[in-house]
Amino acid sequence: MIEVKDLHKGFGNVKVLKGISATFNAGKTSLIIGQSGSGKTVFIKSLIGLHTQESGTISFDGRVNTKFTENEKQQWRQEIGMVFQGSALFDSQTVEDNVMFPLKMFTNQSNAQMLERVNFVLNRVNLPNSNKKLPAELSGGMQKRVAIARAIVMNPKYLFCDEPNSGLDPQTAIVIDKLIQEITEEYKITTVINTHDMNSVMEIGQKIIFLKDGKKAWEGTSEEIFKTDNEAVVDFVYSSNLFKKVREAYLAEKK
Amino acid sequence: MNYLEHIGKYFMMLGRVFKKPQRFKIFYEALLKEIEDLGLKSLGIIMFISFFIGGVIALQTALNLDSPFIPDSLIGFAAKRSIILEFAPTFCSIILAGKVGSYITSSIGTMRVTEQIDALEVMGINSLNHLVLPKIIATVFFYPFLISLGMFLGIFGGWVSGVLSGLFSGGDYIEGIQTDFNPFLLVYAIIKTLIFAFLIATVPSYHGYYVKGGSIAVGKASTQAVVWTTILIVIANYFLTQMLLT
Repeated sequence: MIEVKDLHKGFGNVKVLKGISATFNAGKTSLIIGQSGSGKTVFIKSLIGLHTQESGTISFDGRVNTKFTENEKQQWRQEIGMVFQGSALFDSQTVEDNVMFPLKMFTNQSNAQMLERVNFVLNRVNLPNSNKKLPAELSGGMQKRVAIARAIVMNPKYLFCDEPNSGLDPQTAIVIDKLIQEITEEYKITTVINTHDMNSVMEIGQKIIFLKDGKKAWEGTSEEIFKTDNEAVVDFVYSSNLFKKVREAYLAEKK
Repeated sequence: MNYLEHIGKYFMMLGRVFKKPQRFKIFYEALLKEIEDLGLKSLGIIMFISFFIGGVIALQTALNLDSPFIPDSLIGFAAKRSIILEFAPTFCSIILAGKVGSYITSSIGTMRVTEQIDALEVMGINSLNHLVLPKIIATVFFYPFLISLGMFLGIFGGWVSGVLSGLFSGGDYIEGIQTDFNPFLLVYAIIKTLIFAFLIATVPSYHGYYVKGGSIAVGKASTQAVVWTTILIVIANYFLTQMLLT
């Protein structure tokens, strides 16, 4: 479980996060949604330690990030898996080397053991027989799957995904969403996903946090988000005609 | 950002670079790759340029010392001095600053803008140590060899140009090379090479690592890196010459 309390972060005079508090539970996919510039990426980068918060606390199963010793921080880093928006695969390395990299870096496993683990996670993300390919030889969806494989190869306790569906067609996006949800439930991982894809919200939004201007404006589930009267959420969710029509149909049915 | 801030940030970067590698096996693999990318792949250009510039230096010297009172062996002597003291260590390093410097900045810069460096940091890897230290070790250990080869080929190019043009004889040229040979000049050239190799690895790494933006920013950073590395090589050359030869 991850608990965030009164998180503040700014860059110079620009305050980006203005006191966000939230809880993310193990075995659940939690989604951070909001418009571009609302602070989603800064929030997730603060959670994974790429940004240092100005004030507030982030605790991982009771361990507060600002109180980590060097060794604890190193240990915590190995409990984190991250899927970046652009996959962030090492483009000079093959799929196998990309996925094997954390194992080589942090374990004393033999080559055979590492290869077995790599093949297992690649099979888990439905990418068998791609070991020797370079990232440039893969489609966007396949690159995302490799990124997920690399993120879970060390059996992380916490999985973070920054817009995992960006640049993917709707069908592939659903496959990636489902894969993340399955992995989350299967391995009881605490998963936090940044997105502004409403399909993801409907498909896997077990918990949704809506950010606006660096503050938490709303929190609920994928069912609740379609019933809320919160103006900011309604504006965001129903900005597309498709969802407007869905809402009108829902309200008409309710009457 | 002002110059002082850049200087401070550069030295802070070096502080993070010079740490014990987290995994020596991965470090050795990276080191071998850097020796190939930054050293072996520069052999061709250094050999080619050294040979022809050596030839031009000898020809120019011969053409400008056209007097019966000056012995032809002076051509070999002057070519040797020019090549060992300045051409090989300084001129070749400036060529390497362009070739290798832009490669280092663009490769690290691309890793930065595509979040590959963030991925390393999230995994708990000291990205500066992982990416930059192998480059420094590779250039500092390999460039003295590269520059020594440049010296040899430059002097050899001078001999070939004399023999082919008939402006001076090969025997006179070799006599000039052997005249008043001072081994310290080689030490001076190697010391310069070591300092220049360090600059060629670290200044472009700095520009690449702290790049912000997208592909255009990476391109601009590459240009800036080459310009600044060249400027620093020229400045360092001046001070090293004053310190070591006067």
